[in-house]
Parts: sequence; structure tokens; C-alpha cells
Amino acid sequence: MTRRAHVSGSIRRRLLLQLLGSAALLAAILFVTVLGFVRDVAEESHDSILFASATSIMDSIAVNAGEVSVDLPYAALSMLGNVSDDRVFYRVSRAGEVLTGYSDLPAGEATVRAGQPVFETLDYKGETIRMVTSSRRLSLNGAPTDIEVSVAQTQNGQAAILARLSRSALYLGIGFFVLSSALAIWSAQSSVRPLKSLAQAVSRRGPKDLRPVSRPVPSEMAPLVSSLNTFIDRLGVSLTRSEDFIAEAAHRVRTPLATVRTQAEITLRRVEKEENRGSLREMIRAIDETSRASGQLLDHAMVSFRTDSLERVDIDLAELARELVERLRPVADLKDIDLHFANSGTPRMSGDAILIQNAVRNILDNAIKYSPPERQVHIRVSGDGAQARVSIEDEAGGFGTTDTHALTERFVRGENTQGVVGSGLGLTIAREVAEAHGGTLTIETSKSGAGACVTLCFPSH
Amino acid sequence: MRNPLLSLALIASLWGVSASAFEIEDRQWVGPENARALTVISTTDFDILAPLMESFLRNRPGVAVDYVVASSSELMKAIADEGQTFDVALSSAMDLQTKLANDGFTRPHQSSATALIPGWGEWRNHVFAFSQEPASMVVSATALTEAEMPRTRQALITLLREQPDRFRGRIGTYDVSLSGLGYLFATQDARTSETYWRLMELMGGLDLQLYCCSGAMIEQVADGEIFVAYNVLGSYARARADLADRIVVIDPEDYTHLMMRSAILLNDAAQPELAEAFVDHLITAAWSNPPAPEYPFRHPLGAPGPSESARRPIQLGPGLLVYQDREKRKRFLGEWVSALRQE
Repeated sequence: MTRRAHVSGSIRRRLLLQLLGSAALLAAILFVTVLGFVRDVAEESHDSILFASATSIMDSIAVNAGEVSVDLPYAALSMLGNVSDDRVFYRVSRAGEVLTGYSDLPAGEATVRAGQPVFETLDYKGETIRMVTSSRRLSLNGAPTDIEVSVAQTQNGQAAILARLSRSALYLGIGFFVLSSALAIWSAQSSVRPLKSLAQAVSRRGPKDLRPVSRPVPSEMAPLVSSLNTFIDRLGVSLTRSEDFIAEAAHRVRTPLATVRTQAEITLRRVEKEENRGSLREMIRAIDETSRASGQLLDHAMVSFRTDSLERVDIDLAELARELVERLRPVADLKDIDLHFANSGTPRMSGDAILIQNAVRNILDNAIKYSPPERQVHIRVSGDGAQARVSIEDEAGGFGTTDTHALTERFVRGENTQGVVGSGLGLTIAREVAEAHGGTLTIETSKSGAGACVTLCFPSH
Repeated sequence: MRNPLLSLALIASLWGVSASAFEIEDRQWVGPENARALTVISTTDFDILAPLMESFLRNRPGVAVDYVVASSSELMKAIADEGQTFDVALSSAMDLQTKLANDGFTRPHQSSATALIPGWGEWRNHVFAFSQEPASMVVSATALTEAEMPRTRQALITLLREQPDRFRGRIGTYDVSLSGLGYLFATQDARTSETYWRLMELMGGLDLQLYCCSGAMIEQVADGEIFVAYNVLGSYARARADLADRIVVIDPEDYTHLMMRSAILLNDAAQPELAEAFVDHLITAAWSNPPAPEYPFRHPLGAPGPSESARRPIQLGPGLLVYQDREKRKRFLGEWVSALRQE
């Protein structure tokens, strides 16, 4: 019997989600880092070309005849045109007085020291500009004077480059994420693979296979497997113990009872006083009842045990039933009861032969036991490929008004059983065997109305 | 047309100093009267662009073009200093167009037409080139023999040195202080080779005649008044079929600068959509292959080639701003004047 496990979450899904989550986080970090990096690099390279331009203008400044002269080199501005199609502004000033260039170019906030260019981002003519200002000290008429050169450029081209680089960074991030996701799926699958294969290996085992799990497993699964092995071990011990107990009990109960019954019968022959003989007869009846009941109890225990781990073999139901009929014929003869065996078809099935035998024997036993003498019992076996069926019809008067379903409950007996030794376990055993094989037990009144018809029905495979 | 002979004294007057309103050389109205007018300020002679304007107006009833011709420096003055409103400015002075775009007087434009222009033919979607024309020498076909034709600057220098008396007062070039295009050609020459200064010194000693415009120089050469005109717009000279037998147009073989005529869309345009359509029309005429039949300039326009090639297209870009720097311009004009004054 398999009980559904109580499922809460999935290791694979959790692992996958965690891996995907960290991949997404790493991809985002990668994107932001690369973006920041390219932004810095782009700005640095823009700054350096602005500074190169400012430097070349600075180099063209000279003092001629007591005048500061600026000879703007062509390359100073054309080099900026090579980088991007951006607007270019510049200013050369001396001590706050503009010598040439765009006089309304905003002055930076930072103070400029000689040899240390200042880079600023400012607004000019409605556009954002990047401006470098560098300073140099010249000697004019023997007195030092500070010359400041500013070169500025709008940032449209810079923005276009950044947009392109951001796109590349985005593709990089997405690519990284996709690759990580593929790896995450692969690693999640491979991490749970040992678990899966262990589960398959255990569930593939035959019902009697109680060997410990010996396949190599990852170290994380070692505690689980060793617990499982301990459990299997305990189960094996416990099963062995019950089997031993059943065998022991059968031996311990049946043998003394047989001895007591023999002694009671011998005594019955010797005793002549009518009231003593009556007591002894009662005793023998009670012993018979106990013997049968203990036999059926043991049968029932055996059936319960065997159905828990059903061992299936191929069975010819007709052959099995015929054997039983032959074995019980002497008992039937004692009461002058005729056993009629009939077989149609090939009633093959797979199941536990001992259990099936037990079930059929219990029904046949009942039929013989409850029939009055000189009656007929019909045993019919049939099979059609899909089902194998055995039905036993008697002339024992039927079960009367008792609920036919209740008859198969433990210790419930029919209305016509007064005076007959019985435990009420026979039909219970038969029904449990039928159900363990996926079959059914049906109890009907026979066609002639003279008795009952009990049918065991099994699926062929 | 202004007087072609200008005294050297005028050289000292710098661009932008004059406070008077800008000077209009010509004003033409194309299209029906009382129509919606697109105002164009241009350095290009009306006759040259008239066919393109007519094809522009063909499918636009109720639209006219108010076409104002001014020199490139007057154009700059009108827009930058006087705040005159025009829809479109067409100019051959690439440096001034670039400066107007850089200093925020223009607005960007992008269309299927502008997509035709390669990267070197436009600047930041603000300046759109629509022609490429050489700075040529125009030589009198009657005064000089075939063997004397100067194919390079060096050949011209040799010719002038050998026969100074023959050429005294018979050579001309742009007055760079007045003509924006002349200034552009002169600065690019000076940037390219020292030969330019030697040539200027030599010409200065031979009573160099100074002109405002290419047209005047071409006519003077054709009339035999002067024998050699230096740095003339070759496209104008070649366009004068009526003078073809009297002038020879030479693109110097040492190097020939190629100027790109360009269009800019001005801020505060009264007819912004019309202005864009007109610029697109010019661009499509120029850059389509083949060009529009009424396109008046040489085709195709060539990319800046390898430096060993004689053809040197002047590149659009912030480098052009350098010679527009106040100090740089003052210094250049000072050197130019002193070169011409030298004996």
C-alpha cells in the first residue's frame, strides 16, 4: 500500500529560484558596474581631448612687444570636431579680461591654479557643456600675469556614445543572465538527480527486497540513506519476528489442541453415564471451535501479512481450485455432499498462490460445513482473458436476511450458523485476498434459491 | 555691383565693426505677388539658383521666394549682429555658416533628403552642403600664350618674377577683409602652404587689384583689364559660356581647395516648414544621382580624398571657427596687409 507523501516545496525549484535570483542580481550589478565604468572612461577621454585643445591654445599664447597675443591653432578646435559633431566654445582671458573667444561663457565655480586644469559641467546657451579651464602664468612687462584658457563642448555626441555603450552593457547583462540561467537550470537538475535516482531505486525494489541501500550517494544524502538502512533493517527484523510468531503460534496452539481432542474422544468412549458423555461432547465441540478459530486467526494474520507485500506469480486458477476440491472431497464425503467441479476458459491470473488458495478453501469449507447432508456443491471456474472467476454455489439455505456486505466483516456470522463450529473470519479472509489482488467478492442467493453463491473475481493481470 | 577697385585702407575695417544696416546687392521676388513668401538670404547670384527656385515653386501655388543677395560678411552681419529674420541662409563662406550654427543661430533638420548627404557634407544636422566648387585661377586667353599658362602656384610665381613689368597692375584677387569667401580661401591657402605668403608678397609688389566678388574678376579678365585672377570661384568662371573663348580657368595642380556652398535653417523663421522643404529641395537636387537637371553646379560632389590628391575639399567642422576668432582674424589680416605692402 502506498501512501501519498505530504509535499511542501521542492528542492529543485527552490535551488533554481535562488540561483536565478542571484544570477539576476549579479547581472544587474554587472550592468551598473560596466555602465559606470564606460561613463567614466567616456568622460575621461572627452576631458582629455578638451584639455589637449586647451593646452594647444595655451601654447599659442605669447607676449609680443608688451602685448599678450593669441594665435589660435587650427588643430585646437578641429580636433574636437573629430570626436563628435558638437558645438565648440572657448575663451582666453587675462586677469578677468577676455582677450578672445566667447566672453559670455560661464565662469566655473572652482578656482583654477596653474598646472591644474579644472573640469566642469555647466549650462550655456540652453545646452549642457563640458568645460576645461587651465591657467598659466606669463611675464608681462616684468610683472607676472595669469592667463586662463577655457575650452568647452556640448555633450550630444557624448550622450550618443553613452547610449550606445549602455545598450552594449545591457546586452552584456542580459547575455550574462541568460547564460547563468541555463547553468542554474542545469545545476538544479543535476543536484537533485542523486535523490531522484535513489527514490527510483528504492521504489523499484520487490516487496521482499529488504537489503540495505548500498549504491554510492553524495555525502549530504549519507545520513538519509543510513537512516533508511537502519529503518529497513528494523523492518526486516520485525517482519521475521511476526513470521516466526505466526509459525510458533500455529505450532503451539494446534498441536496441544489436537492432543486434548484425542484424549476427550477416548474418554468419551469409556464414559457411560449419559450426563458425563454430554459434557464431554460439549468439550469436544468447544475444542473444535477453538482449533478452527485459532487456525482462522492465524490464517487471517498470515493473509494480512502477505497482502502487505504482495508477491505475484502466474497462477492457473482452475488448477488451483481443482486441487482444493480434491483435497476437501473426503470431508464432503463424510456428509454425503457431492462436489461438482466445472471449468470453462483459461482463468489465468497473477497473484499470491497461497493467499488465493486460502480464500477459495475458506469459501468451500463454509459451503461444506453449513450444508445439510446429501446436498450438492458446485464449483465453477471461468476466465475470459480479462478476469479470472471462481464461484461456489451451495444448498445450505443461504444467508437469509443478513446484510451480505456485513457478512465479510470480522466475526460476523450468518443466521443459519447455529450449532455449527465457526469463527466468522472465513469470508473476511476471502474478501481481503480478493481486494489485495484488485478483485472483488460477491455473495448472492443461488439461482435455485436453495443456498448461496459466493464468487471471487480477479483481474487477469 | 560694387566698385571692384578697393583701396588697401579699407582692409583695416574689420567685419562686424560697422554699425550700418547690412548691404543688399540684389533682391528678387519669384512667384505670385501677395503670396506666402519664403525669405532666403544668399551669397549666390540669383541667376544661378533661379531654375532650382522655379522647380521648387512649380508644385506650390501661393508660395513665393523673396531672394536677397548679399556678400557673405554682410549675411553674417544681418543675422548675427542685426537680428534680421530670414528663413534660410545660403552661403559659400563655410566658416561663417559653421559659426552661425555653432553659436546657436540655426535649428537642426533631419529628413529623407538630409539622409542622402554623407557625413562630410553636413555638420550636426545644422549645416547642409549642396555644392562643391574649386578655388581656381582665371587667366586671360588673349594676354597669355598657351605655354605661359600657370598650372601651379609655383609656375605663377615664376611667371610674375620673370616679367614683373608686364603684370604690374594686371593681377587681381579677393579683398579678404571684405569677402567672406576670399577670407576662407586665403586662410585655407595659408594653412596649406607657405607658397601662399610668397605669392602674396610678390603680388603685393605688382600693384595687386582687389575685388569683392568672383563675377567682377572674371569680367575684368575677359575684358583684358587684368591678366590673372587668383582664387576665383571656378564654377562661376566655367558657367560664363559667353566669355569662354576669352578666359582660361585653371585648377592649380599643386592643390585646389574645394569650397562647399551650404544651407542653414535659421531660428525664428517665419515659414519653418517651407524653409525645410526648400532646403530638402536643394539637397535632393545636389545629392541625388543623377542630380536634378536644373542643378547648376558640378556633380558628383567628392569626399575629402587622400592628401596627395590636388583636390582639397575644405572640411566642415569646428576647425573652421579658428579663423573666425577675433584675435586670429586680426592677426591674419595684419599679416596679409603687411605681405601686400612689402616690396
